Amino acid sequence: MKYCTVLTATMGLSSAYVGKVAAALASAPRPPVIWLALAECTGCAESTLRTMYPWIDELILDIISLDYHETIMAPSGEAAEKSLHDSVTKNAGKFILVVDGAVPTGDNGNFGTVAGKTMLELVKEIGPKAMATVCIGTCASYGGLPAAAPNPTQAKSVAEVTGLKTVNIPGCPPNPINFVGTIVNFLLFGKLPALDDKGRPLFAYGQLIHDQCPRRGHFEAGEFVTNFNSEEARKGFCLYQMGCKGPETYNNCPIVKWNDGTSWPVQAGHPCIGCSEPNFWDKFTPFFKSS
Amino acid sequence: MARVVIDPITRIEGHLKIEVEVQNGKVTNAWSSSTLFRGIEIMLQGRDPRDAYLFSQRACGVCTYIHGLASIRSLDNALGAKVADNGRIIRTLLHGSQYLHDHVVHFYHLHALDWVDIVSALKADPKKTAELATKVSPNSPGAGINDFKAVQARVKKFVDSGQLGPFANGYWGHPAYKLPPEANLMAVAHYLTALRQQARTARLMAIFGGKNPHIQSMTYGGVTCAMDLTPDRIAEFKYLWKETMDFVDNVYIPDVLAVASFYKDWGKIGGTKNFLAYGDFPMGPKEPDSYLMPRGAIFNRNFMKVEPVDITLITEQIKHSWYEGDPKGLNPANGETKPKFDKYDTDGRYSWMKAPRYKNEPMEVGPLARVLVAYGKGVPPVKENVDAVLKKLAIPPEALFSTLGRVAARAVETKVIGDAMGTLMGQLIDNIKKGDLNVCDDRPWDQMPSEGMGAGLNDVPRGALGHWIDIKEKKIVNYQMVVPSTWNIGPRDASDKMGPLEEALIGTPVVDPKKPVEILRTVHSFDPCIACGVHVIDTESNEVYKFEVV
Repeated sequence: MKYCTVLTATMGLSSAYVGKVAAALASAPRPPVIWLALAECTGCAESTLRTMYPWIDELILDIISLDYHETIMAPSGEAAEKSLHDSVTKNAGKFILVVDGAVPTGDNGNFGTVAGKTMLELVKEIGPKAMATVCIGTCASYGGLPAAAPNPTQAKSVAEVTGLKTVNIPGCPPNPINFVGTIVNFLLFGKLPALDDKGRPLFAYGQLIHDQCPRRGHFEAGEFVTNFNSEEARKGFCLYQMGCKGPETYNNCPIVKWNDGTSWPVQAGHPCIGCSEPNFWDKFTPFFKSS
Repeated sequence: MARVVIDPITRIEGHLKIEVEVQNGKVTNAWSSSTLFRGIEIMLQGRDPRDAYLFSQRACGVCTYIHGLASIRSLDNALGAKVADNGRIIRTLLHGSQYLHDHVVHFYHLHALDWVDIVSALKADPKKTAELATKVSPNSPGAGINDFKAVQARVKKFVDSGQLGPFANGYWGHPAYKLPPEANLMAVAHYLTALRQQARTARLMAIFGGKNPHIQSMTYGGVTCAMDLTPDRIAEFKYLWKETMDFVDNVYIPDVLAVASFYKDWGKIGGTKNFLAYGDFPMGPKEPDSYLMPRGAIFNRNFMKVEPVDITLITEQIKHSWYEGDPKGLNPANGETKPKFDKYDTDGRYSWMKAPRYKNEPMEVGPLARVLVAYGKGVPPVKENVDAVLKKLAIPPEALFSTLGRVAARAVETKVIGDAMGTLMGQLIDNIKKGDLNVCDDRPWDQMPSEGMGAGLNDVPRGALGHWIDIKEKKIVNYQMVVPSTWNIGPRDASDKMGPLEEALIGTPVVDPKKPVEILRTVHSFDPCIACGVHVIDTESNEVYKFEVV
C-alpha cells in the first residue's frame, strides 16, 4: 500500500484514489507490455529496474505481463522472437508498446538491426498494432543522444518514423516513477494521462524545474555559485550562473528526486542539463557557462 | 554440420548476434556480430570538453558512470587539472558502488537463468531448501521454510496465470540444467531478493552522483557535490554500503560457490589465452602505483609472469568490421575511417565492432583478467579470496581459464573492491576532519589551458576502458574510446585471428542447436555490453598513441 500512496501522490491524484490504484494494479489478466530497445544505452531499462513504488518484481510478476524485454527475458534468438510474435499476434490492438532508443534511419536503417530486421522496420511493423505507444527516455521521444549533431545515423523519434501519437516520458534516463505512474494511470482510468504539447504527462512534466527548485530562494536573493570548489557551492547557492537549465526544463526532479528521494543533480551541486527537453544535446550545449 | 544463429542475444546491454557452427555436439567455429552503431565520438568533435563526460556516459546505461569517469580522467590528463583528494576518493567510491551494483545484477538477472531452471523450483521441498540455504550460507537472510514456501507459491501463481512474460519460451527442462529443485528454488528466491537489493544499492551512487543511472556530479579535478561532504551523507553511504556488503557476503558469494559446485565441468569450457588489465581503484594520490587492482598483461595463460603494459602497442583492426580504412589498423594516418555497412558476411565483414589487439594478439579484459593480474602480482586480498574459492570448489588454478573462472573472478573482485570502499570512506572522513573540503580544481575554466591531449585509462566492471581526448582552442578536435566489450566481443582481426569470445566458444557443447543455452553461458560470462563497443575512431589520430599514460 505504501507504493500506491507514493504513486498516487506523484500522479497528482487525491488520497481517495490510493485504494483504487491498489485494485487497478491487481487486475487479471495482467496487461501485456512489449518493450522494444532500439538505438539506446539501456539506461532507461536500468532506471525502470530501480522502481521502488512498486518494486520491479511486483511490476513484472503481479502488475503487467512483460512479454518482450531483451535485457531481462530468459530466451534468446529464435525463442525470444517467438515470445515477441506470440504476444503481438495474440494481443494485437491490446498491448502497450514501450520503446527506448531512437530509430536510426540512415543507410536504410542498417545502423541498427535485431534478428535481421532493421529497427526502423521493426517499430513500423509493431507500432501500429499496439493499443498505445509509450516512449521511455529522450531518445525514443525526440531522437535524443543518437540524433545529436551531426546525427551520424540519421536517428529520429518513434513518432517521426511511425506517424503515431506517442506518450513521451523523456529524461536521460527518466525517473522510473514517471514511467510507472503513466502505466498505472492507464490501468486505473483506462486511458493515458493528460499530456502537454510535447507528448509528456502533465502530472510529471507540468512545471519548470526552476519553479520547484529548493535553491530558488538563492536565485531570488542574487546568491549564485560561480565556482564548484567554493563556500557558495557548499552553501547550496543557485547554479544558474554555472549553466543550470532548470529555468527552461519541465520535470519533477526537485519534488520526487531520484532513487527513493536520495538526491538529484542540482542537490549534487551540478547544473541541470535539461535532459527531458527535446534536442537538449544541441539546444542546451555547451552545458556549462564559461567563467 | 549445423549453423546456429542466435539473434538477438538477450540479457545483455545492447544488440548482439552470435553465429556458430556445431559439429558432433560441439561448437567448431564462431562469429560475434554487434548490430548497432550510434557514433558518439563523431558527435563530440567541436564540442566543449566539459560536456564530453555527459555525452560519453550515455555510451552505456548498464555500466553507467564509467564512461563519464574515463572521460573526466582524460580531461584532467589533457589539461593538467589538479585532482582534489576528496575528488579522487568520491570518484573511486562511485566506481566501487557501480561494481557492487553491476556484478550482482549481472549474476542474478543477466546470467543466472543460464544455470537456474525456474520451473524446476516448483518441485522443490521448501524444508529441504531451507536446510540447503542455511548450509550454503549460515547468515543467509530469508532462509526459513516459510520464506521459501512463499516464493514457491508466488512462482506457482505466476506460472498458473499462463502469462509467463519474460520467462516464456525459456529453455526450462533442458538437460544442461544440473541444479536440484531445492537449489533452483533458493536461486529463484535470491533472484527476486537481488531485484530489490539492486535498487537499494543504486542509492549509493545517487548520494554523491545526484542520481542513478547516469550520475551528474563530475567536473575537472574532481566532483561538484560539495554539499554532500557531511556526516549525515557519509553515514547514509556507509549504511547502504554495509547493507550491500552483507548481501555480497551472505548471498551473492555463497550462491556463486553453490551454483558452481554443480557445474564444475564448466571449469574446462570457455577459456581464452591472453589477458589485459589497465588496473584501477586509486587508494592514494599516486596513479597507477596506488591501484588496488594493478595494471598488467598476461600471455598464454602464464599468470605468474605479468608483463607491464605499453598502450602504444594497441591497434584497432577493421578487416571484418563495417568500416572503411586500412584493415590492419596499424597506420591509421593513411586514411579516414568511416562506417560503411555492406552486408553481413562471416567470411568478410560482419560487425560494427572493431578488433582491438595488443601486440597483435586478442586479449580478454574484465574480471578474470584483473583477478589473474592481481593474483600473479600477489595482491593479498585477491590471492586470499581466489585461493579460498579454489579450495572450496576443489579445483586447480587452471580451472580459472574458463566460463566458470570468469563467474568466480567477478565474485572475488566484488568482495575485494567492496571491502576497499571501507578504507576509502575512512580517508574521506580523515580529510574532512583535517578541514579539507576541496572537491575539485579551483581554477575557473578561462584559466585552464586551452589545448592538450590526454588519456583516461580505467578498469571498469567489464574490463579495460580507455578514453582519449584532443583539445584545441577549448574545443574537442578528436575523441576516442577503446572499450572492454570491443576487446572481448569484437570480430576477427586483420590476420583472421578470432576475438576472445569467438575463441572461448570453440568446444562449447551444444545438446540441442534449437535451445543453445550452453552458448549463452559462455557469452554471458563475458557480460557483454555492446552499445559502448560500437563507435568510430577518427583515423587522423594516430597521435593518440603518443599520449602519456596516466
